[in-house]
Amino acid sequence: MTHSSSALPPDPLLQETLAPTPAERLRRRVAGHKGLLFGGVVLGLLTIVALFAPLIAPHDPYAQNLMGRMQPPVFLDGTWEHILGTDHLGRDYLSRLIYGARISLLIGTVAALISGTIGTILGVSAGYFGGRVDAVVTFLINVRLALPVVLVALAVVALLGGSLTVVICVLGFLLWDRFAVVMRTSTLQVRNRDYVTAAQAIGGSTPRVILSEIMPNILNNLIVVITLEMAHAILLEAVLSFLGLGVQPPTPSWGLMVAEGKNMMLFEPWLVLIPGAVLFVLVLAINLLGDGLRDVTAPEGRN
Amino acid sequence: MLSFILKRLGLAFLVAVTVSLISFVLLYLSGDPAIALAGEGASSEDIAAINVRYGFDRPMVVQYGAWLLSALTGDFGESYYFKMPVSSLLAERLSVTMLLGLCGISFALVTAVPLGVLAAMRPNSIIDRFALLLSVAGQAMPSFWFGLILVVIFSIKLRWLPASGSSTWAHFILPTVVLGYYAMPAIMRLTRAGMLEVLSSDYIRTARAKGASEGRVLFKHALRNAIIPVVSLAAVQMGFMLGGSIVVESIFALHGAGFLAYESISRNDLPTVQALVLIFSMFYIIFTFTADVLNAWLDPRMRSA
Repeated sequence: MTHSSSALPPDPLLQETLAPTPAERLRRRVAGHKGLLFGGVVLGLLTIVALFAPLIAPHDPYAQNLMGRMQPPVFLDGTWEHILGTDHLGRDYLSRLIYGARISLLIGTVAALISGTIGTILGVSAGYFGGRVDAVVTFLINVRLALPVVLVALAVVALLGGSLTVVICVLGFLLWDRFAVVMRTSTLQVRNRDYVTAAQAIGGSTPRVILSEIMPNILNNLIVVITLEMAHAILLEAVLSFLGLGVQPPTPSWGLMVAEGKNMMLFEPWLVLIPGAVLFVLVLAINLLGDGLRDVTAPEGRN
Repeated sequence: MLSFILKRLGLAFLVAVTVSLISFVLLYLSGDPAIALAGEGASSEDIAAINVRYGFDRPMVVQYGAWLLSALTGDFGESYYFKMPVSSLLAERLSVTMLLGLCGISFALVTAVPLGVLAAMRPNSIIDRFALLLSVAGQAMPSFWFGLILVVIFSIKLRWLPASGSSTWAHFILPTVVLGYYAMPAIMRLTRAGMLEVLSSDYIRTARAKGASEGRVLFKHALRNAIIPVVSLAAVQMGFMLGGSIVVESIFALHGAGFLAYESISRNDLPTVQALVLIFSMFYIIFTFTADVLNAWLDPRMRSA
């Protein structure tokens, strides 16, 4: 690129190389999208907090101190010893919040992976094969949508007993509907493209065509739904735990912390406000990241 | 139109049968319901007696058939906990939930539709930004937390509204706001998108060109067409609200079907839970069926779908 001298007319090839590459254009769109940046940074920070919780948390989240119960946070005349105060059993609130990030992110990620796998398999087969397969999958989606998520999740968790594994599995097996709907539509859109027909014509096997021709082209939609469903699962876990039928005490789940603070809400509203606010910020960040990813990767925005 | 309705009706019926099967089987997940009912320390004679009394000793298919047949006649058995017929429990509680649902969806429509129209009139204006902010926040706000914040502000600090109970209309205000707020973002986004699309169409330009006032163009010409998908969305949201009522009613101790669901689940009251899963699903199926038919009626293009 350095060999062109000013005496020569502009080299068309050089012009081509100077124009922003697709990757460069993507980078610029990402950098110009405030929601995406905010969501990405906040989610990144919370993930780091969750991963390194034992190093970051100032106290043991399970250690009770009945002599120092419900100390106020530092901004309400508390001490720096317990920055966000202590709960009704004298456990350090900040440490419980930090460990709570682990629960929320773990549940969100694993539930979204399970439901994503189920929904993608169903949706892609419906879109690719059409006909009876499509009819069956559409029927399954209708059945799933007719079942009230909160009610069924509550009932199943109550019957099987509330534990992290049960909550994750229940949410994973309930939240696949949006994956199936979106993947079905996306597959329908690319199924008859020339490159798919070409791959079929040269004798590519069905799994091969799906994995190497269809999937890469609907991946952006899949990623967007993963983020949205992750947020959905995190909110639902909080609801279940808030109602006492999700993750069980003494696990520091944010929903459970709100429920435990509820009884003292009259005198110590911060017990409810703080964990709820953290939950709100996490879900907001994931949603903004998902919306941003959709904007940035949408084919219309590529040029 | 008739063939469209018949097709949808057939699908709705099949879905309803499948859902009834699921809600029946769901509660056998824990294993033996007789043991769950008798408690931990029950003797084998007790369990055998319960098996005979509630018919748990029959084959599953027979039990399902019997349950479904009596459910069709409105008989859901007797509640283990409340010791009364589930159907009369439901009749008593559903009216509260239906009222709450109607209030919630009305609140959502009354706030979200004008906001969506205003946002579409001036894209990227302050109103549009505010509407977007509201909808992004609304989707991320945990409903139970939002409810508790309202209680702290309006019941504890300001003492304007009661925090729990269902005796007067004032008890319904906070639950309505919480439930309605949940449905607002989707309705607003759809109104905004529909209005934006319609406002750029030819017939709106024609209406403006012939000198129709802006209000007339917006509400008489544009909103009429933009509102069509919102109508069906509102019907679907009504169905989701039944699920949302579980959380809202438990926060505000409103004695509706949602609170009944919470009570019966925490007390292992299987017949009530089964009936509630079935009823909530049926409502959803009816609402979406109505939405489909409404849509096809309002927009002939949908009938081929």
